[in-house]
Amino acid sequence: MSFATKSPWVIHYDGSSCNGCDIEVLAALTPAYDVERFGIINTGNPKHADIFLVTGSVNERNIDVVKEIYDQMVEPKVVVACGTCACSGGVFHDCYNVIGGVDKAIPVDVYVPGCAVRPEAIIDAVVQGLAVLEEKSKVLQERKKEGK
Amino acid sequence: MSTALITIIGIIAFAVLAPVLGCLLAGLDRIITAKMQGRVGPPLLQPYYDVRKLIEKDNVSVNSTEGVYITCALVFTIIAGGIFFSGGNFLLCVFVITLSALFFIMAAYSTRSPYAELGAHREIVQVMAYEPMVLFLCVGFYLATGSFNTSSVFYMNQPILFATWGFFIGLVFVLTIKLRKSPFDLSYSHHAHQELVKGITTEMSGKTLAKVEVMHWCENVLFLGWCGIFFVTGNWVSLIVAVLVCVVLYLFEIFIDNNFARVKWQVMLKSAWAVALVAGVINTLVLIML
Repeated sequence: MSFATKSPWVIHYDGSSCNGCDIEVLAALTPAYDVERFGIINTGNPKHADIFLVTGSVNERNIDVVKEIYDQMVEPKVVVACGTCACSGGVFHDCYNVIGGVDKAIPVDVYVPGCAVRPEAIIDAVVQGLAVLEEKSKVLQERKKEGK
Repeated sequence: MSTALITIIGIIAFAVLAPVLGCLLAGLDRIITAKMQGRVGPPLLQPYYDVRKLIEKDNVSVNSTEGVYITCALVFTIIAGGIFFSGGNFLLCVFVITLSALFFIMAAYSTRSPYAELGAHREIVQVMAYEPMVLFLCVGFYLATGSFNTSSVFYMNQPILFATWGFFIGLVFVLTIKLRKSPFDLSYSHHAHQELVKGITTEMSGKTLAKVEVMHWCENVLFLGWCGIFFVTGNWVSLIVAVLVCVVLYLFEIFIDNNFARVKWQVMLKSAWAVALVAGVINTLVLIML
């Protein structure tokens, strides 16, 4: 197992959510759920983060921000779409400015449905994301060995 | 053995042992902090896992100078630690560790990122805040032992603390800045979820950030050593006392970290200078007069 899965640092971005999912994301850090048990830390810096948690849908105003954060993150990285809005646009999907789920802007690895998404589901999603992170990490190491 | 050889052996020993000890201290810090907040907390070796992960990450440095500056900062921290723990010149140790701090600041400036520059400004204010007290510390050490060599405490009959109590109080005050603990963790907080309070490392990632972490572990061990030397005498029991004092001080710093909100830089600068001036000057006068 690579060390990438043992210390997943998270960056959280609120696209255009109602803040329900954001409160649940932060709830996962509280004593009741304590995700630091798995080495998960909430960072405020894309360059330090391994997992990108996005809540809310992507719209015309924030699509560039979502792409920018994703681009600034260092490989290997994983994107988790938290909540129904982040997965598909949710109840806002036909609003005039909403483009849709996060996958309209960047490649998403794990989808977590729920309105609002439960902290247990977020933790489960991050753990599933770790499996993806592990794979990406292996590919990166092999590439490094080949000197590409 | 010549002094140079002893120093080189000291530097090598510090380079091997300090990261191990510092890593365990950082892991313990995170567990105790979690327990104080009613959480379980990460495994003891979590800081080690973090650094190993950072080493595995891709290299996306914005320029090539940043990494060189950080490597210099790490190397000079290890040299400073080696000088101190091999009984070398205390004043030289202070200058070398300050040089390391300057390299760290230069690394942040070299990236030209607004957040990194703000972090570098804040780091400079921190250096300004603790440096007077650290220099007073050297003066006090010389007045108490008659030498700048840290090995001179082994020839003392009683701990230098009895003569340098004021400097010790001042050092414990600036230790919070040195260990990067709240309320004085302006440039590089451990609990950062905003870019501003981890500003100095904004553009650092992967191996560079790993080096910063290792440097921070080494710094912690060195600064605790500075506190411990106040209790060391020729008697071997004093070494155990010194280690125990370091442990108590570290727990005290964790307690402060968890119970105080971050202050503005003005408060930090004023309070650190006030403590340095009062504790340092009074103790110096007492030592000169008596």
